[in-house]
Amino acid sequence: MSILLNKRSKLAVHGMTGAQGSFHSQLCLEYGCNIVAGITPGKGGTRHLNIPVFNTVKEAVREAGADTSLIFVPPPFAADSILEAAEAGIKVIIAITEGIPVLDMVRVKKHLGRLELEGRGVTLIGPNCPGVITPGECKAGIMPGYIHKKGHIGIVSRSGTLTYEAVWQLTSQDLGQSTVVGIGGDPVQGMNFVDVLKLFEADKDTTAVVMIGEIGGSAEEDAARFIKARMTKPVFAFVAGKTAPPGRRMGHAGAIVEGASGTHASKIAALEKAGATVVENLSHMGETVAAKLKAPGQSRKKQGGETAKRGNKG
Amino acid sequence: MKLLEYEGKDIFETYKIPIQARFGVVRIGDSIESVKLDGPGPWVVKAQVLTGGRGKAGGVKIARTKEETHTYINNMLGMKIITHQTHGTALTVEEVLVETACVPEREIYISVVLDRKEAVPMIIASAEGGMSIEELARTKPECIIKMPVDVNTGLLDFQARELAFALKIPWHNFRDFTAVAKSIAKLFVDYDASLVEINPLAITKDGRLVAVDAKIVTDDNALFRHKDLEAKPDHESSEIEKEAKAIGINYIGLDGTIGCMVNGAGLAMATLDTVKLAGGSAANFLDVGGGANVEQITKAFQIILKDSKVKAILVNIFGGIMKCDNIAQGIAEATKKIKLHVPLVVRLEGTNVKEGKAILKNSGIKLEQADSLWEAAQKAVKAAKN
Repeated sequence: MSILLNKRSKLAVHGMTGAQGSFHSQLCLEYGCNIVAGITPGKGGTRHLNIPVFNTVKEAVREAGADTSLIFVPPPFAADSILEAAEAGIKVIIAITEGIPVLDMVRVKKHLGRLELEGRGVTLIGPNCPGVITPGECKAGIMPGYIHKKGHIGIVSRSGTLTYEAVWQLTSQDLGQSTVVGIGGDPVQGMNFVDVLKLFEADKDTTAVVMIGEIGGSAEEDAARFIKARMTKPVFAFVAGKTAPPGRRMGHAGAIVEGASGTHASKIAALEKAGATVVENLSHMGETVAAKLKAPGQSRKKQGGETAKRGNKG
Repeated sequence: MKLLEYEGKDIFETYKIPIQARFGVVRIGDSIESVKLDGPGPWVVKAQVLTGGRGKAGGVKIARTKEETHTYINNMLGMKIITHQTHGTALTVEEVLVETACVPEREIYISVVLDRKEAVPMIIASAEGGMSIEELARTKPECIIKMPVDVNTGLLDFQARELAFALKIPWHNFRDFTAVAKSIAKLFVDYDASLVEINPLAITKDGRLVAVDAKIVTDDNALFRHKDLEAKPDHESSEIEKEAKAIGINYIGLDGTIGCMVNGAGLAMATLDTVKLAGGSAANFLDVGGGANVEQITKAFQIILKDSKVKAILVNIFGGIMKCDNIAQGIAEATKKIKLHVPLVVRLEGTNVKEGKAILKNSGIKLEQADSLWEAAQKAVKAAKN
């Protein structure tokens, strides 16, 4: 078990014949990912990386059985690509593209909301994210595969390289991961922390969760409320941007602190109150998780002992 | 991208949002004669700076006579403005706007912002204009009215009426108000804005509805479909920031002494935090992006070194798809080219890290390597203090 992706996932890569799409598709294939289709309008009928290319997502679903989309389409066309996948019946859509206008995403969310009401709901991850990986099974994204290790810690994060840093520290401590989900740093996005935490809480193979947030918005505060009310599994959290100057955009559009909402202090306070283990120094993430999980009975909740044993097996 | 008041008002005019008569914008070096004052006055001279609260900082002056107007223009140009929103930095007034002063009877607050959680543009309004909305949200949250805007249909007539009733707009101004509310919602969508704010929207003593100020912030990601905005000067970024932007490096100048070069925005922020934990402070936020080739790394070093406060440089790279040996090669070549005069601490991690570290070690460049971000931060802080 894992969430969102497993070895049975059949991927369609939108923009596979482009430079980025091509490069990363190759790496996903090398990781053992099952890419069944590439989508490039006008190149249907050809093959790329020895995979059939289709003009439309509908064809990829009908003829190749694609059920998951990985999107590398440039920003002006990416929102349309997400909607094409959703309308074609793809269930999990992972949008890597960085720089999609926020109002395009507002329109996408509205459209997906309508599909949900019609009983045709889809799961969107991203945009502006590194993707999703279930170590040892499927890598759908731009993360380096080798830093991961199959195991039982779920990771959810708003940032790319920051996630790699956390994953690497866990792997170095011999703590493997069930699934690593990059939800992206844009102000309007698909899955949020709470959506992913719900899946991890329900996943048999996940015993603890590492959550990596950053300043801006209120997603971490919402996550804290969910952790307090529903999570039985231990949660470890880090929030980047403690020293960021207010009002400036630090790479991620989401990371703008305006007024008192979305500050580092408010996020940390909420997470601590919810019982999450907040790691102040990013470099201590791996050892903090290891110390807690490897010491039975030390965890916040009853499942701690069980967690520790499974965590050790990694 | 943040627009200045007069740029915002240019757009307001095209949407028929009522504003005061304007007599020109004067820049440093312009002849004061370029302003042709008209009417009986009084006039108002307004500093064109990207911050709220400029009135309290002396950036808005009402003049009774033409001579007084000229004096204010001369005094204000080149003036430094610090407000609660500038976080200690002084903004230089390079342009002033001159218009007919407005004598308000009532002041209303109205804006459109992006509501991230609901994923919709949201009208925020209050019958209590003039003061900052953050202040109002804190002291009288019950006075704030919210109304979602559908991106496809815009603000609907009944919504505009509901807003007008809730704000107790006099019948005399009712239709003007609903038109303004619908216009700013339309403008928000048309321009891919993330904020359109009128504060205050005044009802004048002579009974007119007037947008006294204009604040528009647009989405940088959507600039590709707004050539008119793309052509406008960037008032917000410093020269170094603009230079960095032009080559795909994300740089923001800060106050500390440790220059930072990191790949990825989140990791870059976390690096600044770690430097602080280690007892130092960063001179900048710098995300070299995913590519990080020799050219970009060279440029990044040059940009960091333009800041004379920099006493040490910390490079923190997590080589994902970008392999550490390639990055190490880049650092080696770049440092040879630019002759670093401050200590350099490098922390490499990720793909081919062993090869990368070996390249740096054998390159003959004077630098310190670190195995973790924490170690790197501590070394950089120590180096900066020596």
